[in-house]
Amino acid sequence: MPSAPWEGSLPAAIKERFGDGIEGAVLLGGQKLLTVGLPSAAGVLASLRDDHGFDYLVDVTAVHWPKRERPFDIVWILYSFAANERIRVKTTAADGEAVPSVTGLYNSADWLEREAFDMFGVRFEGHPDLRRILMPDEWDGYPLRKEYGILQQDGAWVRENLKIESAQ
Amino acid sequence: MAATTLEPASVDGDTFLDSNELVLNMGPQHPSTHGVLRVILKLDGETVLGTDCVIGYLHRGVEKIAEDRTYQQFAPYVDRMDYVAAVSNGLGYCMAVEKLLDVEIPERAQCVRVILTELNRVASHLLWLGTHALDIGAITPVFLCFREREEVLKIFEKYCGARLTTHAFRIGGLQYETYDTFEKDCVAFCDLMEEKVKEYHDLLTGNRIWVKRTTGVGILTAEDCKAYGVTGPLLRAAGVAWDLRKAQPYCGYEKYDFEIPTREGADTFDRYIVRMREMEQSCRIIRQAVDALPSGPIKGKVAKVIKPPPGEAYVSIEAPKGELGYYVVSDGSLKPYRVRVRPPSFVNLAALDKMCRGSLVADVVAIIGTIDIVLGEVDR
Repeated sequence: MPSAPWEGSLPAAIKERFGDGIEGAVLLGGQKLLTVGLPSAAGVLASLRDDHGFDYLVDVTAVHWPKRERPFDIVWILYSFAANERIRVKTTAADGEAVPSVTGLYNSADWLEREAFDMFGVRFEGHPDLRRILMPDEWDGYPLRKEYGILQQDGAWVRENLKIESAQ
Repeated sequence: MAATTLEPASVDGDTFLDSNELVLNMGPQHPSTHGVLRVILKLDGETVLGTDCVIGYLHRGVEKIAEDRTYQQFAPYVDRMDYVAAVSNGLGYCMAVEKLLDVEIPERAQCVRVILTELNRVASHLLWLGTHALDIGAITPVFLCFREREEVLKIFEKYCGARLTTHAFRIGGLQYETYDTFEKDCVAFCDLMEEKVKEYHDLLTGNRIWVKRTTGVGILTAEDCKAYGVTGPLLRAAGVAWDLRKAQPYCGYEKYDFEIPTREGADTFDRYIVRMREMEQSCRIIRQAVDALPSGPIKGKVAKVIKPPPGEAYVSIEAPKGELGYYVVSDGSLKPYRVRVRPPSFVNLAALDKMCRGSLVADVVAIIGTIDIVLGEVDR
């Protein structure tokens, strides 16, 4: 994909404030992408909302790269109504590492973070009620991790709760 | 899917007898939850103190399936999320992959995409209107709405053979050329709709029961909408003229002359008015698109084997229910590495608790209806 450095006042201001915490600001296929270190993520997201007007959290999700040292990409998609501008903020996390919750900044983060937790097992620190949302509470495993097979299921849960041998 | 955290405030001894607090289960098998939505209500008498949604009954792992299919093979699956607006789902997915491939879509294909998507918007709003009115107790509209919706489904059937899960678009453009009387059918439908919208207004807009049941119910202000990420007609009924077709036009929407209907009351009645006007605006767009329909190819230069270069893209469209986004990550192989769907129904439903607090139990049914959810999309 064509990638170009993202110039402008916004990435400059963010870089100045967070210094080394900002790993990159690029236009990936024309879309604004800010890569940040995990320790700076909470500060960057708060600053984007409070100082730069990104008042709408569109999505929170994750991507699993099992071979990488830090296997989880955490992605926040933000939008500013005033500037009609959309950006993605991305960071990486190790398995089980705490990722800051943005529920204090955006109410929409509540369910979105629960879903990312449900599907990937990403632990959002500061979420008031981090429990599964789509899968049953007692389900074993995180379905969207790469090592989770397409036909895999929690056999014990299926037998106990559905009273059948297999849900396939 | 999860158990509730809502417990009666006090369950021991005397205080329990004094308390009117009660936890009531609604659904998942309940006609007005539009599918398998379970809501746990915490009540004080008739007043709702809090709600907790239990979802996931329809979870099919759509995002997981995407990783096991090629780009083209996955396209029909997206129709099964918001199955009453399958065309919009397909459009969003195709556009996201096209963004990764960086291909240009021919004008004619863009134009047909607009026509079919707007027809689908009308069909989706019609289904919403019929069932929402039915929930509140007005039985007639559902028959009328399904009568008109049938005309849209007939056009879809003639165009691609399917009525609901249409798979109308392909990555790169369209699979099928339009049929002989396509333009005529579309215009005839617009004529019919503009007539029928008046009929719906006669039935509901001045109806005292309808007005009483919807006015001031389920208020969600513009600030709350933004905080909860709520988009679509709910946001517009709160006075924010925000529509992705205008804000970040795609498919050539900038060429069409249409308005974004807004209201200030942010309640159930205003959302009803917004959706009614949107149907009229959709007809306006369809007429213009039919008039401007250019000739030419219907598919861009896309290889038979789709293999986007490594990268990622987020593309969103204005679906009937709000912002529908696809975040697609490619690792350069034949299958998408990750497809994330940003479903409007799921995000909008999260605001249910906010909208229900302080209202009456009977209003919960009206509020679920006014959000316009499709559980296939909430649970994916």
